[in-house]
Amino acid sequence: MHPAPSIILFTSLSGLGFGLLFFLGLGYPQPTGWVGFVFFLIAYFLAAGGLLLSTFHLGHPERAWRAMSQWQSSWLSREGVCAVAALVVMGLYALGLVFFDSAWQPLGWIGALLSLATVGTTSMIYGQLKTVPRWNMLPLTPALFLSLSLAGGALLAGQVTWATGLLVLAALVQVAWWVLGDKALVSSGSDLASATGLGAIGDVRAFEPPHTGTNYLLSEMVHVVGRAHALKLRAIAFGLGFVLPVLFLLLPFNHLWGVLAVLAHVAGVLVSRWLFFAEAEHVVGIYYGKR
Amino acid sequence: MTQLPETTERKLGLVIDLDTCVGCHACVVACKGWNTENYGAPLSDQDPYGTPSGTFLNRVHSYEITPKEGTAKLVHFPKSCLHCDDAPCVTVCPTGASYKRVEDGIVLVNEDHCIGCGLCAWACPYGAREMDAAEGVMKKCTLCVDRIYNENLPEEDREPACVRTCPAGARHFGDLGDPDSDVSQLVAERGGMDLMPEQGTKPVNKYLPPRPKDVLDEVDILAPLLATPETAEHRNLSGFLGWLDRTLEKI
Ligand code: SF4
Ligand code: SF4
Ligand code: SF4
Repeated sequence: MHPAPSIILFTSLSGLGFGLLFFLGLGYPQPTGWVGFVFFLIAYFLAAGGLLLSTFHLGHPERAWRAMSQWQSSWLSREGVCAVAALVVMGLYALGLVFFDSAWQPLGWIGALLSLATVGTTSMIYGQLKTVPRWNMLPLTPALFLSLSLAGGALLAGQVTWATGLLVLAALVQVAWWVLGDKALVSSGSDLASATGLGAIGDVRAFEPPHTGTNYLLSEMVHVVGRAHALKLRAIAFGLGFVLPVLFLLLPFNHLWGVLAVLAHVAGVLVSRWLFFAEAEHVVGIYYGKR
Repeated sequence: MTQLPETTERKLGLVIDLDTCVGCHACVVACKGWNTENYGAPLSDQDPYGTPSGTFLNRVHSYEITPKEGTAKLVHFPKSCLHCDDAPCVTVCPTGASYKRVEDGIVLVNEDHCIGCGLCAWACPYGAREMDAAEGVMKKCTLCVDRIYNENLPEEDREPACVRTCPAGARHFGDLGDPDSDVSQLVAERGGMDLMPEQGTKPVNKYLPPRPKDVLDEVDILAPLLATPETAEHRNLSGFLGWLDRTLEKI
């Protein structure tokens, strides 16, 4: 799949933002006044900013509100509904903390759940697609998004113990996702034989494509370039996203280490998310003899 | 609504004969023409005289098939929306722009509601949906919904443009939900098949596999060389015709 910068930034940043909102909602930490304001500002900047970014790749952003209507069938619609609900509820909770110095805890709990649900629905937009076997790994893809979001959230919320544990968990899920994902296309059973239905006659080879130039399908769903360095990029993502942050957290606590841990983690998540798209093979590529 | 109907009253669709398709792309051109001039946003082209790309609702691939024994063969393979019964492109749509019609099973996009998110194109295994780069909305085969019911057209034109134009008679249109229809009979007779059945989309369109080639009985490939050449003597004509025959032979 084509790794569109707007979607990579959106899923990574909003994941971190909703992760932070989850911990804030639970009351870990429970900052009030100015400190509270800054915490929520960062969380909203990430969560809502990411959401806004995601509308940039739409053909008609002005109609985006319509996307809330089909929550009964569409995960993308559910994501929109959950995100708006989470932001509204957490906004009220923040109001209490920042201006009234009081934690309206039930609101925080509901907001925390909605924040988590938003990340879950985002992951299902990809996880539901049978056409992209590497994403269609359930419940591994939601586990990847949720563990990354929680680890990043704990890190931003300054919950050192939780962050360390969750980073290790997310690292394990990430490795499992990579290893199993490498076998996903083959085990999906889709190949040129099933795509053309001609496998019974003999070996099928794509002889001539339908068009000499490129088209929407090829530029959107058949991305071959980025995979050349996939292994190196995986190592970079793993080092930055998990190994470095854990090392920084294990050092005697110091705000500088904290900031470095966050920066390394965010960079690692971005690389991992780039790979999430660049490495994913859409079965339509089979019709073109590509993957 | 992007929830799929339980059943549809009819299942209109295409049956494509891979045995007779000659790969002329006439159906592609007819489709582009009709659907640019009629219902919905036109199918745009980008940089048509440079490095072109553009929106098409029907495309013809070509595949080479090498059997265990014998020579390889080429199969031309037209592909457009299969109007799936279990259409994943419909259920993923967040706006309700994509829908499957209850009355005839046609899968359509309401272009006024489409936000151009592209998720439906990701959900289709067959590459049957293309986002129009000029309009920012999703385009797909409508089964020429503006032809098949169009009483302003002569009766024989009330079928999809690709079917109407195919010079090889390789495309058939009809109700695949009715076991007695011509198309259903054809599918039963010729072993019509689904594309990528493992994707669980239950396509309505069916493909007829190429038939085995005819074989002639016992022909010596040297036969043309072994045949005795005919000469005027052998023909043994008499009279004026014989003279003419012999004279022409000598020239
Ligand atoms: S062929 Fe693709 S676009 Fe058409 S109904 Fe099936 S899944 Fe949807
Ligand atoms: S591109 Fe349009 S039709 Fe397709 S899923 Fe998005 S809103 Fe629906
Ligand atoms: S017009 Fe008919 S013969 Fe020509 S490519 Fe299309 S289906 Fe094949």
